[in-house]
Amino acid sequence: MNVTIVDYKSGNISSVINSFKEVAKEKVNVEVTSNPNKIKSSDKVVLPGQGSFKSCVEALNNIDGLSDTLNEFTIINKKPLLGICVGLQMFADIGYEETETRGLGWISGKVSKIDNQDGKFKLPHIGWNEINIVKDSKIFKDIENNSHMYFVHSYEFVPNDKKVISATTNYSTKVVCSVEKENIFGTQFHPEKSDKFGLKIIDNFISL
Amino acid sequence: MLKNRIIPCLDVKNGRVVKGINFVDLKDAGDPVEQAKIYSDGGADEICFLDITASNENRDTIYDVVEKTSKKCFVPLTVGGGVRSIEDINKLLNCGADKVSINTAAVENSKVVIDSSKKFGSQCIVVAIDAKKNGDKWEVFTHGGRNNSGIDALEYAEQMEKNGAGELLVTSMDRDGTQVGYDIDLMSKISSKVNIPVIASGGVGNLDHLVDGIKLGKASAVLAASIFHYGKHSVKEAKDYLDSKGIPVRI
Repeated sequence: MNVTIVDYKSGNISSVINSFKEVAKEKVNVEVTSNPNKIKSSDKVVLPGQGSFKSCVEALNNIDGLSDTLNEFTIINKKPLLGICVGLQMFADIGYEETETRGLGWISGKVSKIDNQDGKFKLPHIGWNEINIVKDSKIFKDIENNSHMYFVHSYEFVPNDKKVISATTNYSTKVVCSVEKENIFGTQFHPEKSDKFGLKIIDNFISL
Repeated sequence: MLKNRIIPCLDVKNGRVVKGINFVDLKDAGDPVEQAKIYSDGGADEICFLDITASNENRDTIYDVVEKTSKKCFVPLTVGGGVRSIEDINKLLNCGADKVSINTAAVENSKVVIDSSKKFGSQCIVVAIDAKKNGDKWEVFTHGGRNNSGIDALEYAEQMEKNGAGELLVTSMDRDGTQVGYDIDLMSKISSKVNIPVIASGGVGNLDHLVDGIKLGKASAVLAASIFHYGKHSVKEAKDYLDSKGIPVRI
């Protein structure tokens, strides 16, 4: 099996690569590329994302054919894709970081700034927070409710259809931190930095 | 609920761990990769490497240390010391650092923080402030505590937030290595002034100091070196202690 981590020159993905390689060991081939042909032929795709919504979308659109290929992989062929952090946020129709930017539109909704109640809550939301699992998700197999995950973000994904939400975390409000819609998975937290539970989520995704 | 973080810091020189007493009188105490792994297995919320002599010496050894550590530790790794340019930041991130802390370069050239937070995202840009009390204010020091910039630390903290820093790592130069506790006054003043998380550093000698850093200093995270480093306390002991004092920690 081939798992492809999409390297679209947006932010630091070495931790994502290290964690997937650690979990995959010899059983799965982990490829890091932005080449649409390689993405087409892979079994699973990981879409990381750091920095702003706008910069990630722009970086994705800067690579010829990448966005179409991801669309075909996920929406037409319905193969499993995991978005991490801004990778998840880009599933939305629209994001409001820096300026209004169109997302991939895979899961209808918007990405807006966390309401920090006039500075009562510091932003970015950085550190370890508990996840409240609100529906069974394949990537949460053997993950206990209220497990700690590592977060670093100031914006949150607000999906229109609440049924896609698989976990939330409490920070000022109930922030959506994981979604599952058919073959599309996403975590706002960083499984690659969330110690053994994070690695378990990666393992669950690889084992789908 | 968001937990307060405990961050063991490893001062690294030529690829080996040392801990300074007031930035001088260094003692050798081990292999950083091994130490980092012990800390992350023990529940450290984050690991910090500070390449202490990097401003002056050949610093390629740190890249090797970061690369090896990031393949073994799956918690956030922050690396600082001698980070001068976008190029340095890029290289450290590529080696597997999750955040980079910038000290001297942030004072000398404000563009470094502005540009790097735009390029890599605020989440990976930590501005390290070495502050020393002078009368009723604190001044920012650079070059590993050797040079006084004369800049007011509180104003500087606010400016760094504006420039795009995602966190501030505040070290009291007066307290560093003394083990008498954080400069609580400094921490709470900076923490109240900015909306980004503050990591308290410098002066931890016992577990109560960690409690004070969070409760009184209003820090989001506490950084310490020697209390963990010489086996005085484990990270787990520290967390259990904080937990017993009602501080939210990841256990």
